Amino acid sequence: MSDASSLRTPSQRIAWTATIVISTLVFIFLIAPILAIMPLSFSSGSYLTYPLPGLSLRWYDDFITSPRWMNSLKNSIIIGVASTMLSMVLGTLAALGLAQWKSRFKPLVLAFVLSPVVVPGVITAVGLYFFFAPIGLTGSYLGLILAHTALATPFVVITVGATLQSFDTNLARAAASLGASPLEAFRRVILPLILPGLASGALFAFATSFDEVVIVLFMAGPEQRTLPREMFSGIRENISPTITAAAVILTTVSVILLATLEGLRRRNERLKGGSG
Amino acid sequence: MTAASLTSADAPIEVPLKRRLKQAERARQLKALALVGPLLLFLLFTFAGPIAGMLWHAIDDHEVRQVLPQTVAALAKWDGKDLPDENAYAALAGDIQSAREAGTIAVAAKRLNYAQNGFRTILTSTARNLKAMPEPGRARETLGKINPAWRERATWTTIKDAGGPITGFYLLAALDLTRNADGAIVSASPDQAIYRDVFGRTFLISLGVTLLCLILGFPVAYLLAALPAGRSNLLMIFVLLPFWTSLLVRTCAWIVLLQSNGIVNDSLHWLGIIDEPLRLIYNRFGVCVAMTHVLLPFMILPLYSSMKAISPAYMRAAASLGAPPLTAFLRIYLPQTLPGIGAGSLLVFILALGYYITPALVGGAADQMISYFIALYTTETANWGLASALGAVLLLATILLALVYGKLVQGQQVTGGMKN
Repeated sequence: MSDASSLRTPSQRIAWTATIVISTLVFIFLIAPILAIMPLSFSSGSYLTYPLPGLSLRWYDDFITSPRWMNSLKNSIIIGVASTMLSMVLGTLAALGLAQWKSRFKPLVLAFVLSPVVVPGVITAVGLYFFFAPIGLTGSYLGLILAHTALATPFVVITVGATLQSFDTNLARAAASLGASPLEAFRRVILPLILPGLASGALFAFATSFDEVVIVLFMAGPEQRTLPREMFSGIRENISPTITAAAVILTTVSVILLATLEGLRRRNERLKGGSG
Repeated sequence: MTAASLTSADAPIEVPLKRRLKQAERARQLKALALVGPLLLFLLFTFAGPIAGMLWHAIDDHEVRQVLPQTVAALAKWDGKDLPDENAYAALAGDIQSAREAGTIAVAAKRLNYAQNGFRTILTSTARNLKAMPEPGRARETLGKINPAWRERATWTTIKDAGGPITGFYLLAALDLTRNADGAIVSASPDQAIYRDVFGRTFLISLGVTLLCLILGFPVAYLLAALPAGRSNLLMIFVLLPFWTSLLVRTCAWIVLLQSNGIVNDSLHWLGIIDEPLRLIYNRFGVCVAMTHVLLPFMILPLYSSMKAISPAYMRAAASLGAPPLTAFLRIYLPQTLPGIGAGSLLVFILALGYYITPALVGGAADQMISYFIALYTTETANWGLASALGAVLLLATILLALVYGKLVQGQQVTGGMKN
């Protein structure tokens, strides 16, 4: 309705222009801070301000040669991958079950399964700290992986659940009527169709773990510090350009995740458009 | 054909078929439950259990009971009107003797010090000076001589109140309340009454950030919903990229931008607008700016989807019936975005309430929200009872708001379904 061409009165045109101006300012507000710190990581000087005295890769070199930063990157990947795999198994099974389950308790169970997203991070972290400390799970990879899995699984349940909702169950019945065993039907009919949904779920799960810092703050020992955790102490102590290099690395990971997700979404829409 | 063969079937066959179908359905439901089961068990261990444990810590009061068992037992019979009898004094002397041997005096002293400032000294000095068990019948005199506090009723009331096994002490403290010597609930002394202020501050910052997000997010969502899909998808990147960027990166970016020799101050100085750098960070302003930046996508996305669902036909109908654009917007468009506004605002508000990292990094001492104090009492001072009680209050607020949010989103889905 409000494409510029269809606006007839001057007041409508003013309102539309105002919307565009305000939106542009908000877009700048959203994106400029992230863009502003990126060039600083390529500075040859050690002050975080413009103009840059010159370009260099010394802060990236600093990052790569620092055992502290590299260890944190390694930890982020280990914990991220492990909790993604675990949450994929638990979340996909649960989404498959929830899709078939009919009960008046279903909304309650669903609310429970999704609640780790809503409950403030500090509360989950404090609870886990009290609960895991006596059984020796604080200061361990396992404890962090379990905690991150709990936070990431709701996203898997949501994305896989949404894919299953649009899944035509007649296809599974057809496979069964043609003599496929349930496992074979799942592997050869259901799985290929819900694979994009699974991939989105995995990306969400990985991003959740890769970004998480509150639980790591409470539970990680010096050996398990993740990249965001290392950034947290870096920001607290003094912001060196190495942090901006770490920020660029983290943002690159986010952009790759986002682009993959967008690609999956487009593919899915194309497939849906083709069948409908 | 199948239908025909079913209807022509004899009645005796029909009943087992029904039963068989029912059995098959039951088996299917069991299988479904078995698939959800592992996640439920997992969350019980890694989420629900820990939170239940935290709530238990908010009312658990075992320290004094454990260290001074005879005293607690003796005080159970005490009416609290005058000083307790000689038995209680003797029990305390005995408890202190054995606690000193076990090295557990500090445990009870720490707990009692929460309830009454200075109690730590009373207990440790008594433990130090009570060389041997007092002679029978002279416990009251001996203890009173060591520390005159034992001649005061309030000292004993404190021990009785802390006798457990459960207590409302921490929950009351989280709301700046306490019990006086007569057991009535009164306001805590001003030097300890800080939490109402912290809750109020948490509420105000969250509310301010929510309003800022709404004001900034509404035009953007409107624009994205109004533009053709190709262009709005492109602009959506501006919303999704920050959404996916690490919280730490965004917080770090704001510090780099806003610090006293940061990009914003430098630019303003270079432009000749300011002479002295402005104080833009480590204060309330910095917290609100950074939190708005982090939470804005959570407002834009629900607003966008609610606006996207509004059929343009309504606005055309309003225009054709003679409504001026502003009237049509206020009376036709805006009311239909209300569920989206409600959902987005609640979501932002809920998330803001529990914020910890951003205020911790860009806020000053006076801008720390409730999560900061929960973390502080957990790791620094190890006052787990108070940390848990503050957590319980925050959790309750979050759950109540989340229930409202659930109802709102559910209602939206229903009306959305009707429109289609």
